[in-house]
Amino acid sequence: MTSSKWLAVLAFAAALALGVAACGSDDSSGSGGGGEDLSGSIRIDGSSTVAPLTEAVAEQFMAENSDVRVTVGTSGTGGGFEKFCAGETDISDASRAIEPEEIDACKKDGVGYQEVHVATDALTVMINNENPVACLTVDQLAAVWGADSKIDNWSEIPGLEENFDEDLALFGPGTDSGTFDYFTESINGEEGVTRKDYNNVGEDDNATVKGVEGSPGGMGYAGFSFYTENEGNLKALEVDNGKGCVPPAVETAQDGSYAPLSRPLFMYPSEQALQKPEVKAFISYYLENVNSVAESLGFVPLTDEQLEASEAAAAKIGA
Amino acid sequence: MSSGTAIAPEPAGGPPRRLQASSKRRGEKAIQWLLAFCGVLSVLTTTAIVASLIIPTIDFFNVVPIDEFLFGTDWSPQFEPPSFGVLAVVAGTLNVTFWGMLFAIPIGLGSAVYLSEYASPRVRKTLKPVLEILAGIPTVAIGFFAVSFILPEIIVPLWPNALLGGAAGKPFMALAAALGIGLMVVPIIASISEDAMSAVPRGLREGAYALGATKAKVAMRVVFPAALSGIVASVVLAISRAAGETMIVVLAAGSTPQFTLNPVEPIQAMTSYIATTATGDISTGSLDYRSVFAVGTVLFVMTLVMNVISIRLVRKYREVYD
Amino acid sequence: MAVGDAGASRNRLAVAGARATTKAMLRQQPRGDVIRNTLFAGLLLMAVAIALAGLFALLIQAFAKGSSALSLDLITNPPSTAFPEKAGYRPAIVGSLMLIAGVILFVIPVGIGAALYLEEYADKSRWWNKLIEVNIQNLAAVPSIIYGILGLAFIVRGPLDLGFILAAGSLTLALLVLPMVIIAAREAVRAVPDSIRQGSLALGATQWQTIRAQVLPASIPGIATGVILAVSRALGETAPLLLVGATVFVTFDPTPFGSDGYSAMPVQIFNYALRPQEEFQALAAAGIILMLVVLLAMNSFAIWLRNRYEQRW
Repeated sequence: MTSSKWLAVLAFAAALALGVAACGSDDSSGSGGGGEDLSGSIRIDGSSTVAPLTEAVAEQFMAENSDVRVTVGTSGTGGGFEKFCAGETDISDASRAIEPEEIDACKKDGVGYQEVHVATDALTVMINNENPVACLTVDQLAAVWGADSKIDNWSEIPGLEENFDEDLALFGPGTDSGTFDYFTESINGEEGVTRKDYNNVGEDDNATVKGVEGSPGGMGYAGFSFYTENEGNLKALEVDNGKGCVPPAVETAQDGSYAPLSRPLFMYPSEQALQKPEVKAFISYYLENVNSVAESLGFVPLTDEQLEASEAAAAKIGA
Repeated sequence: MSSGTAIAPEPAGGPPRRLQASSKRRGEKAIQWLLAFCGVLSVLTTTAIVASLIIPTIDFFNVVPIDEFLFGTDWSPQFEPPSFGVLAVVAGTLNVTFWGMLFAIPIGLGSAVYLSEYASPRVRKTLKPVLEILAGIPTVAIGFFAVSFILPEIIVPLWPNALLGGAAGKPFMALAAALGIGLMVVPIIASISEDAMSAVPRGLREGAYALGATKAKVAMRVVFPAALSGIVASVVLAISRAAGETMIVVLAAGSTPQFTLNPVEPIQAMTSYIATTATGDISTGSLDYRSVFAVGTVLFVMTLVMNVISIRLVRKYREVYD
Repeated sequence: MAVGDAGASRNRLAVAGARATTKAMLRQQPRGDVIRNTLFAGLLLMAVAIALAGLFALLIQAFAKGSSALSLDLITNPPSTAFPEKAGYRPAIVGSLMLIAGVILFVIPVGIGAALYLEEYADKSRWWNKLIEVNIQNLAAVPSIIYGILGLAFIVRGPLDLGFILAAGSLTLALLVLPMVIIAAREAVRAVPDSIRQGSLALGATQWQTIRAQVLPASIPGIATGVILAVSRALGETAPLLLVGATVFVTFDPTPFGSDGYSAMPVQIFNYALRPQEEFQALAAAGIILMLVVLLAMNSFAIWLRNRYEQRW
């Protein structure tokens, strides 16, 4: 084969690739009709805890509105706010409320927003099935997880009623995780303060589950969905915040009695983004459908009052 | 290679005639410059890499004292209060690399000696491409294999509980990543070493056989030393690849920076720190962000040094057969 | 470096080999020898067996885990969080195809150009040409994540400021595999005998004409092999793409310059692998199978190419 033939082959291959791509994009925009004539793009970024919820809603939304493109990034709550306040995203997912520095940044760049509560997560402390302990107070948890903690065995936990002489095997998410931020702040009093010698599972909360299942003295914390999906294989600790032991459950998270580990999950749409009809439609669609999706994903759905409050909040900036 | 300015010997009584065409085609020089630019691009790339690493690193050292960074063993940049001792993640890289090479070197060299000295040509023809397949497997696949198979099905059942703290109940550990990395670099060692051994002149082998040596003797006493340069080069190349590997370590070794060489502990290597942090929840310009570049600089320098050593070694021994 | 040196080294090695062999022969017991040799051969065979076992275990495990998710849906459907049974890899496949199309478009001209410059035009004794050579060798050994950092700091942000678009990812990957292509192209060009060049020049052709009509055509098969191998490397790379913005949740087909995000096969596999649910693990394994099939086909093609068109001068 001559050289020109070779170059032709390679060029053809490249063209073929692009052709497939082009045909591909034609298909996706042409299929399904139905729905309104909405089109455009919606950029969402933020918490990796809220992301599955947003992704699921977005999928259903796009199935009905095939000309709208929704992308969901997972840069983390902090990373999401950074992009949001710089005007790069339309909606920010957050597993905690916006912080003062972030509020300032948004104000500086003229980005108006509204905090919309979309679901609740009940951070669950999980222990091995063999563990007889039923309940720990917040102080006991802080003793175990505090930065200077030297507790290596369950029997060393101060004030523990049950007799359990097993070495502690701690599992928890990494510092990028909103779960980590929330747990350290609520239990240890400050975000980022924790003992360092635990099994760091990064973003893979399932490894926390596996780890606790596999170690008799295991203790780990992760989102509620990770417990509910593995309910027979491990136990959830009840937490005593001064008012008695409360187990993590849908009801206790909704009424706030499961404290301090029930955390609200938010979505922050921007005022500017709500000028776009597709974003407006998306937000209403989201609030209409979030409860059904939340429960299937292991989150705690909003109560009727909470949902009304969210709808009112969204309406405040024009949704 | 031709330089385009060859001069013909002087004919009797006349000026020297060049072999270059007397009428220069238009654009010869232009083409030369265009091609030169393509070459220069490599220098530009290196410059860009160095620049993109150095500037944030210098910013980083404005805040974190360089001795704390270079000699500290506690790497916890996102905890409160943060600590920036890079030795923890360097140890993580060394941990995984060391145990990986401990696996890969005997396997790789053993396979190379087998292919070169013992296997029949037909076996070699089938076996060598099969090993090359291993080289082509994407690292994310190897990482997935390491964490979902090697760790639970091989390490946890087989590792004695009393040894170094035991392997039970650990979702991530250095050894899983090390074995994955070892598997990944076996083809590098095997292939290059086998090439080096094949290049040893047959005469050397036949002489030894003539003296009555056995295959094993010939392989280890004659061929192996003769091909040593290529073998060493392949090992250094493999070490370099192993140290720079990201996905296998991210998937299987965990994200707990620990200053240890214990294989059954979870660790964080330099590469996995960069990967998980740069895609995660940090803001540009923050200290965490800059720490990524500082670690990147250390990694870059380490692989550069290894590369220089390997080039020196190859050059020194390649002369033997040229 | 004189020929005499090579000869001397060869002699040295031969003598050392002979001496070692003779020594060993004089010391040896014949019976111990047989056992030792069989043991040695056995160890070698075990080494090969372990390597092969590792390879096959990987392939089998991927198949076992992923077979439940294998279906045509894998190629035609977009990823899904809510309905993993219906999830697929389509945007990632399209993304990967576009990425490597970009890589090919960049790497062929620049790679061949650099190789031609170094082999045909460059005066090797000049320091700047040595610098280029050293740089290429170093760049080939730089870890892929450093290229990700380069992409993040220089291409996505920094001077080029392209943003997190597919073209930026493509450029990053192209820079990653460029040294490989240059090295392969140089080997191919170097293999063309000098007599061909001299003949062409003797007939009055200019240097470029010689290259274009004689050297380049003869080296195309070698270059093509190198390009294909480099492209299959680029196809499997994850780490650099993570840093230059290959988002996971993209349900539409990406475009090269669109700022709506893009994805790629290995990145999608990675993200499915991180999710705990069994369905996603199966999806990850299925994606791996898909990639392995494609890569195997590409590498086999490259090897066939090399064998079929290898010219013997």
